[in-house]
Amino acid sequence: MTAATPPMIKAAGVNKFFGELHVLKDINLEVPRGQVVVVLGPSGSGKSTLCRAINRLEPINSGEIAVDGKPLPAEGKALAALRADVGMVFQSFNLFAHKSIVDNVMLAPQKVRKVPAAEARKTAMELLERVGITNQADKYPAQLSGGQQQRAAIARALAMKPKVMLFDEPTSALDPEMVQEVLDTMTGLAKDGMTMLVVTHEMGFARRAAHRVVFMSDGEIVEDAKPDEFFTEPKSDRAKDFLGKILTH
Amino acid sequence: MFDFLNNPDYDLVGAFWTTIQLTFWSAIGSLIWGTLLAGMRVSPVPLMRAFGTTYVNIFRNTPLTVVILFTSLGLSSTLGIQLASSSSPTSLADNSFRLAILGFIVYTSTFVCESLRAGINTVPVGQAEAARALGLSFTQVLRLIVLPQAFRSVIAPLANVLIALLKNTTVAAVIGVGEAALLMSTMIENESDSLFLVFALFAVIFAALVLPLGLLLGWVAKKVEVKR
Repeated sequence: MTAATPPMIKAAGVNKFFGELHVLKDINLEVPRGQVVVVLGPSGSGKSTLCRAINRLEPINSGEIAVDGKPLPAEGKALAALRADVGMVFQSFNLFAHKSIVDNVMLAPQKVRKVPAAEARKTAMELLERVGITNQADKYPAQLSGGQQQRAAIARALAMKPKVMLFDEPTSALDPEMVQEVLDTMTGLAKDGMTMLVVTHEMGFARRAAHRVVFMSDGEIVEDAKPDEFFTEPKSDRAKDFLGKILTH
Repeated sequence: MFDFLNNPDYDLVGAFWTTIQLTFWSAIGSLIWGTLLAGMRVSPVPLMRAFGTTYVNIFRNTPLTVVILFTSLGLSSTLGIQLASSSSPTSLADNSFRLAILGFIVYTSTFVCESLRAGINTVPVGQAEAARALGLSFTQVLRLIVLPQAFRSVIAPLANVLIALLKNTTVAAVIGVGEAALLMSTMIENESDSLFLVFALFAVIFAALVLPLGLLLGWVAKKVEVKR
C-alpha cells in the first residue's frame, strides 16, 4: 500500500451524545484497505454505535468520518450511494420478512445498481452457494435458522460488491451451535482480503482472523493492538479486567 | 307482499349497481390518496409531514354529510366546477356521481392513511435500517420494504374502512345521486303501507354485500400475513 491511498475507514475526533450521555469520546481510528479490525469491549462501551456511525445510521455530533477518502455526506442521494459501497450485517439479521432469501439478495443490486434481473439472480445464487445455503433460496426468512439467516444477510451485503464490510455483533443473537457457521463465513471473507470492521464478543474469531484488535470502554478507544499482544499482555487495567472476566469462564 | 317492487319506477338493481360503483371508485381513489398521505406523514421533510397531519385532522373530523354537500353546493353550484361535460344528456347525474366520489375519497383517504400509519409502526425499525444500509433511497425503502409489509398487517382494519365506505355511500343521496338510499326514500314516501318491508329489504341487501366482503378480506389478511 502506498502513502497516497486513503484508509478505507477514517474517523477523526468523533463525538456522539445520546442526550446527556457521551457515548463516543474523541474517537480516532483508521482502517487500512484489506485489514480486519475487531472491536471488543463491555456492553455500553459504544462499539456498536461506532460501527453504525460509519455508514451514518447513527449521525455524530462532531468530528469527521470518511470512507475511502470521502467524508460522509448528509442524508440524501450521495449518502445512499456511499452506503451502497459499505456492506452492513446486523445483530438481528434484518432480512426483509416479505421476500424470499434469493429476492433479499437480488433486491439492492437491481434497484440501486440497476443490474438486470437475470444477472442479479445468477450473482445471488453464487453468493448463496458461497455461504452454503443454496437450498434455502426460495424460502422466507422466518423459515430459516438464525445461522442461516445471518449467512443470507452476509450474502445480501456482498451482492452489492462492497469495498468494506461492517459487522455489528453478528453472532450475538444466535444459538451457540450456530455461531461457528457464521464465523466460518466471516473468516472466509477475511482470507479473501475484504476490509472488515467487526464488533463482536467472539474472542476466538478475534485471535484467528483479526489483524488488529481495538478495545473500547466507556466510549473511548483504550487499546489498539495486534491480537496476540492484546490477549497475552493487555496494557490497560480496563482491558485486563475485561479479559479476566471473559476468559476465565 | 313485495308486490310494490313490480312498479317499473323502482330500479332496485340499478340503484345498488350505482352504490357498488360509488364504493369501487371511491375505494380505489382513497387507497391511492391515503397511501400518499401516509407517505407524507412519515416523510423526513417537515413541510410534507405538516401537510399530511393538517389534512388528516381537518377531513377526518368533518362530518361526511358536510363534505358531500360541500362538493355539490360549494364546488359545483357556487364555484362552477363541473366534472361532466354539460352537453351530455346525463351531465347532471354524472356530475353528482363524480362529485360524490371526490367527496368520499377526500374523507375516506384519511382513514386509510391512519390505518396504514399504524401498519408502518408494526414494521421493525431494522427492516428500514437494513434497506438504507444497502443504499436504497427514502422512497425506495418505503415502496419496496416498509409499505408492502405495512399493507399486509392492516388488511383487516382496511376492510373495516371499506365496509364503512360502502355504507357511507348512502350519504350521496343528499346530493341526488341515484343510489340505494335515494331509492329507499322514494319507496318510503310512496309505499308507506310497506314501510317495514322497505327498511328490511335495504338492510338485507346491504348485509348481503358487506358480509362476503368481510369474509373475503379476512381470508386475504390471513393469506398474506408476514411471518416473523
